[in-house]
Amino acid sequence: MTNKNGRFGVHGGQYIPETLMNAVIELEKAYNHYKDDPEFNRELTELLNEYAGRPSRLYYAEKMTKDLGGAKIYLKREDLNHTGSHKINNVLGQALLAKKMGKTRLIAETGAGQHGVATATAAALMGMECVVFMGKEDTERQALNVYRMRLLGAEVIPVTSGTATLKDAVSEAMREWTTRIDDTHYCLGSVMGPHPFPTIVRDFQSVISKEIKEQLLEKEGRLPSAVVACVGGGSNAIGTFYNFIEDKDVRLIGCEAAGRGIDTFETAATINTGKLGIFHGMKSYFCQDEYGQIAPVYSISAGLDYPGIGPEHAHLHDIGRAEYVPVTDDEAVNAFEYLSKTEGIIPAIESSHAVAHVIKIAPGMSKDDIIVITISGRGDKDCAAIARYRGEDIHE
Amino acid sequence: MSKILEAFNNKKAFIPFVTCGDPDLDTTKEILRELQANGADLIELGIPFSDPTAEGPVIQGANIRALKNGITTDDIFKMVTEVRSEITVPMVFMTYANVIFSYGMDRFFEKCKEIGMDGVILPDVPFEEKDEFVNSASAYDVDFISMVAPTSEDRIAKIASEAKGFIYIVSSLGVTGTRTSISTNVKDLVEKIRSVTDVPCAVGFGISTPEQASQMAEISDGAIVGSAIVRIIGQYGKDAPTHVGEFVKNMKSAYKAS
Repeated sequence: MTNKNGRFGVHGGQYIPETLMNAVIELEKAYNHYKDDPEFNRELTELLNEYAGRPSRLYYAEKMTKDLGGAKIYLKREDLNHTGSHKINNVLGQALLAKKMGKTRLIAETGAGQHGVATATAAALMGMECVVFMGKEDTERQALNVYRMRLLGAEVIPVTSGTATLKDAVSEAMREWTTRIDDTHYCLGSVMGPHPFPTIVRDFQSVISKEIKEQLLEKEGRLPSAVVACVGGGSNAIGTFYNFIEDKDVRLIGCEAAGRGIDTFETAATINTGKLGIFHGMKSYFCQDEYGQIAPVYSISAGLDYPGIGPEHAHLHDIGRAEYVPVTDDEAVNAFEYLSKTEGIIPAIESSHAVAHVIKIAPGMSKDDIIVITISGRGDKDCAAIARYRGEDIHE
Repeated sequence: MSKILEAFNNKKAFIPFVTCGDPDLDTTKEILRELQANGADLIELGIPFSDPTAEGPVIQGANIRALKNGITTDDIFKMVTEVRSEITVPMVFMTYANVIFSYGMDRFFEKCKEIGMDGVILPDVPFEEKDEFVNSASAYDVDFISMVAPTSEDRIAKIASEAKGFIYIVSSLGVTGTRTSISTNVKDLVEKIRSVTDVPCAVGFGISTPEQASQMAEISDGAIVGSAIVRIIGQYGKDAPTHVGEFVKNMKSAYKAS
């Protein structure tokens, strides 16, 4: 559903410095060439299956279903992928593409560190150099992931500009790319940025909904009533939605990080509090002030702590195809604990936002309804932060 | 005729850049007077943006300082209105797409015309995305300045053929900021542009010394100096205007010498 120049309705586009234009044009050409290339797809499928552990399981959460007493709940277990999140799906695709393009160096931004770890992993596997930009505040919140990236051979650069979080890591990675283009691919981690990134990342993540569909048809013989995923930039959500967009009876629900609430300034819920703007290469919705200055956003989740949302989500919102709901820190932390105790699965704090919304809606739905929640990542990385949130000081 | 062309009329243009509101708008006014008095031919006025992705640390710092002071687009319009009768050289705004988009395209460019701004430079709006801005800008006689980079190659002809005012040649890869040397073959870029258009071209990014400025102006139609001036402002704050004036005077005398 991408139009010319990568537009999704009015959203998307290529708002980047002239210096980068030929780089994104070259990337688009290479992607269009390789996406239907049998050899490329064979290599990628092998990497996804043999290295990353796909397909990921679609698990029937029986205890959670019974406890909530409404819709039947399945969990799409992206947390079981190698490196612990859905990020590896996109990274393996982009790294393979970059390699085919003759690039020898990957740069990336990261928030919680999941995308950085995935990129560092792919770089190690493919023998490429890797530099990851991470907000200084996030390097402190997610010290373990910083160590993992360095262990994998990547250089981690703490970003001190702006709010020292994910948005600043993206800005710094873009600045770095303008400095060094010839040998470097910017491995963008979400369905955002200039065209063709939102399309490339969506295609590589759409394996999530492709598998959900096949697995659920096999288990239940029908489509789900709703699929639910958390949304920051929106890569696991678009991956979860994509193959259901044409199935109009399937509700697509994205859960935004409301932080301390959408009626406060400490929020990162873009659809619920933002307005149309142009930033980081794309036209989409952004949290901003009346003069277009990008707002400092807040969420307990470093991975959702971003003031924008991918252009395809903005479009799905405009046409009413997908719903975007706010979930607060408190609700997400409760869900983090709930899933751990109920199913023995510790979800990432990002994914916990999706779990939280299902805890709200499932009881009101019929037992014939089926909800699929994408557990985008595992929560080991968040244990210290959640302990702190509960007033317990533990050392990682 | 575009007023911007006056800056290049039978001379090499010296084009300084300042971020409005750094350290405050009264100082910016005083700096504008000094820039003109010491020979600036065209002045770039930066409207600060929270996340200036094309800028290096020096201009990023100026943006942050200005925004911390609560400077808004409307404050800057007011400042220009107050000073425009004294500053007779052409002036252009340098800012980011979202500043204009959020203000409202027509509302922004109508205001530009009203206060006497002659052009706009948007580093995050390339050729492919310019129409939305150009349509509104040209309705109010504001020139949309196009940029050409060392990586533009086959894009130069189409960019140059639709260029207005002047063409901003980005001297090097990377973001704004001073560089000890410029390795790009700028002369080659200028020749490619000149084969397509008569619109003058000026070189920016990384120019900080009088030698670099005169050398770049020699092979093009002018030199743009930003970070080196913004650094002086960062260093001297409210006392910056005379220091900036001195700096520009040195730059201009290198022009005359060459």
